[in-house]
Amino acid sequence: MNFLKAAYKFLGRVEGLAIAMVLLVLYIVLIGAAPIVFTKPMIYMSFLETVPPTLIAALGLTLVITAGEIDLSFPAVVSLSGFALSWGWKTFDPAYGAVIGVVLAVAAGALVGYVNGLMVARIGVPSIMATLAANFFWYGISILLAGGLQQTLKGSEDNFVHLLLAGRPFFNLPLQALWSLALAIFLWFVLNRHKFGESVMFIGDNANVARVMGVNVEATRIRLFTLQGMIAAFSGIIVTLDIGVFYPDQGNFLLPAMASVFVGGTSIAGGAGSISGTFFGSYVIGSLAAGVVATTISGYWVQVVEGGVMAAVVVLNAATGKGDFASLFGRFRGSVGRGARSPLGEK
Amino acid sequence: MTNSVQDSPDQYALRMVNIDKYFGLVRALTNINLDVGRNEIVGLIGDNGAGKSTIVKILTGVFPPSSGELYIASRKVDFRRYNVQSAHAHGIETVYQDKSLGEKQVLWRNFFIGRQIVNRFGFIDVKKEKAVASEIMLNTIGFRGKGITVESTVSQLSGGERQGIAIGRAMYFEADLIILDEPTVALSLKEVAKVISFVHKIKEAGKASIYISHSLPDVYEVCDRFVVLDRGEIGASISKKEISLKELDEFLLDYAHGRKDKEQR
Repeated sequence: MNFLKAAYKFLGRVEGLAIAMVLLVLYIVLIGAAPIVFTKPMIYMSFLETVPPTLIAALGLTLVITAGEIDLSFPAVVSLSGFALSWGWKTFDPAYGAVIGVVLAVAAGALVGYVNGLMVARIGVPSIMATLAANFFWYGISILLAGGLQQTLKGSEDNFVHLLLAGRPFFNLPLQALWSLALAIFLWFVLNRHKFGESVMFIGDNANVARVMGVNVEATRIRLFTLQGMIAAFSGIIVTLDIGVFYPDQGNFLLPAMASVFVGGTSIAGGAGSISGTFFGSYVIGSLAAGVVATTISGYWVQVVEGGVMAAVVVLNAATGKGDFASLFGRFRGSVGRGARSPLGEK
Repeated sequence: MTNSVQDSPDQYALRMVNIDKYFGLVRALTNINLDVGRNEIVGLIGDNGAGKSTIVKILTGVFPPSSGELYIASRKVDFRRYNVQSAHAHGIETVYQDKSLGEKQVLWRNFFIGRQIVNRFGFIDVKKEKAVASEIMLNTIGFRGKGITVESTVSQLSGGERQGIAIGRAMYFEADLIILDEPTVALSLKEVAKVISFVHKIKEAGKASIYISHSLPDVYEVCDRFVVLDRGEIGASISKKEISLKELDEFLLDYAHGRKDKEQR
C-alpha cells in the first residue's frame, strides 16, 4: 500500500510521466489485443503522420488554457492557413510559390490570433465567446475564398517545402513528427523557462496579482493569442502538405485537441500547464480510434472506449495531483452522502 | 504640519504634499500632508471611508491625485508616468491582504515575477533565482517553516507565511517604502504574530513602511507613529513615545465622540 502511494506521488511529481505511462499501457494492451497490427512498425508510422497536426494545435492550446483562456478558433485557422498555402502554391511559380504560401499561411494565423487577442485583452470579451465567433467568421472566409472547393497542391511530392516539413527521408519516418516534437520542446522552454511563459502562468493564476507585480497583462494576452494563431497555422500547413490537398474542413479536430490537453494534466482553471502531458496526451487520443478498430471489435465501440479512457485518465490526474486515491474516493463518497441527506435536512 | 521641502529632504522615504482627491464632486481627500521617515513605520488609522485606501491607491499608482505632489525618497513623482506597473521602479512595494502572490506558483517564481533574472533572449536564470530566493527566505525574513522550500507552492503556506514571503520580497528589492495594506485580516492570532515579527524585520533592516490595519494592538505594536485619518483629512499625528495603547484607544474613542457631538450641535 505504501509502495502504491509512493508510486502515485512519483507519477504526480514528474511532469507528464503519468500520461506517458498511460500511453505505454495502452500500447501494451493493444499489442495483446491486436498483435498482428501492433507488433509491426507500420501502425506507429501511421500515428506519427496523423497525430502531429492535432498535437501542434494542442500545444498552443496548452499555453492558452494555462493563461486561463480558451481558443475555439484554431480549426478556422487550420483551414484558412491551408487555403493561403494552396493559393500561394498555385498562383506563383512552384519553385518559390510554396515558400510564399507558407509565409502567407503563418501571417493569416497571426492576424486571426492578433484580432482574438485584441477582442479579449483590450475590449474584454470572454475568450470563449470571442474565439467561438472568430471560428465561424474565419472558417466562413476560408470557404468563401476557396469557393467551397478543395485544391490540390500540384507536384507537392517533389517540392522541397513538402520534403522539409512532411517528407520521409530517414527510415520512412514522417518529418512532421520531428517538427512537432521540436515545437513541443521549444514551447516547454517558453512556458517553464521564459519570462513570457511565467507571465502566462501568473495571469492564469490571478491576473490581479500579475498586474500589481508588474506584468503587462494586456500585452501578454495579445502576444499569446497571436502566437496561438501562428501555431495553428503551422498545424494547417502540415495537414495540407501531408495529404497534398487543401480542403476547407481540414481543421476539424477541435475536440481531440482539447481532450489531448486535459488528458495531459493541464487544468481548465489556469495557472499551470503541462506541455509534456499534452505531447503524450495527443498520442493517447490519436491512437485510440485506430487501436480499437484494429482489435476487430465493432467500430461502433470506438467513441465509447475513447470517452472511457479520457474519463479514467482525468480521474488518474486528479488522484496523482492529491498524492493518492484514498482522498479521491473519500471525496466521492462525501459528495454522494451530502447529496442524499440535504433534501431531508431542509424539511 | 509645516511645509519643509528645504530642510534635508533625504530624511524622508515618502512625502505627500497638499494632496487632494476628488471623485466627481465628492472630495475624498483634503490637503493631505504625510511624511514617512527613512526608517519609520507609520500606522494609518481611520474608519471605513476615512480615505485610507484612497491614499494607498494614489501611492501605488492606481489613480493620480486631483492636485498635490508626491516625493518618494526625495524624487518627485511624475503622475503621468506613474502607474501600478511602474510603482516598483519608483521604490514602492505593496503587500496586500490577498493579491500579492500567485497561489499555484512555486515560491522562487513569486519572488521574481515582473523582474526576472533573464538572459538577453528573455530566458530565466532558474539556478540564480532559486539561490537568491532561498537566501531571502533564510536571511532576510528568517523563514523557518517546516518542509517549506523555494520549490513549494504558495498554496502550501499558511496565511502568515504568505505575508512573510511578500514582505521579504519587498525588502530584497530595496524598496524605499513598503505599504502593508491590512496584512493581518482573516488570519489566526498565531499567524498575526508571525506577520508582526516580519514587520519588525522591516524596521531592523532600516527601511520605511506604512502599516494599515483595523487592529489597534497590532498597529501599536509595530508602528513608531500613528496618523489618524478622518473623513479625508489628517486628524492627528501622534508619536508612540507620547502615548500608551490604552491612551491611544481612548483618544480614538474620544475623537469619534467629539465628532458626533459636533454633528449633533
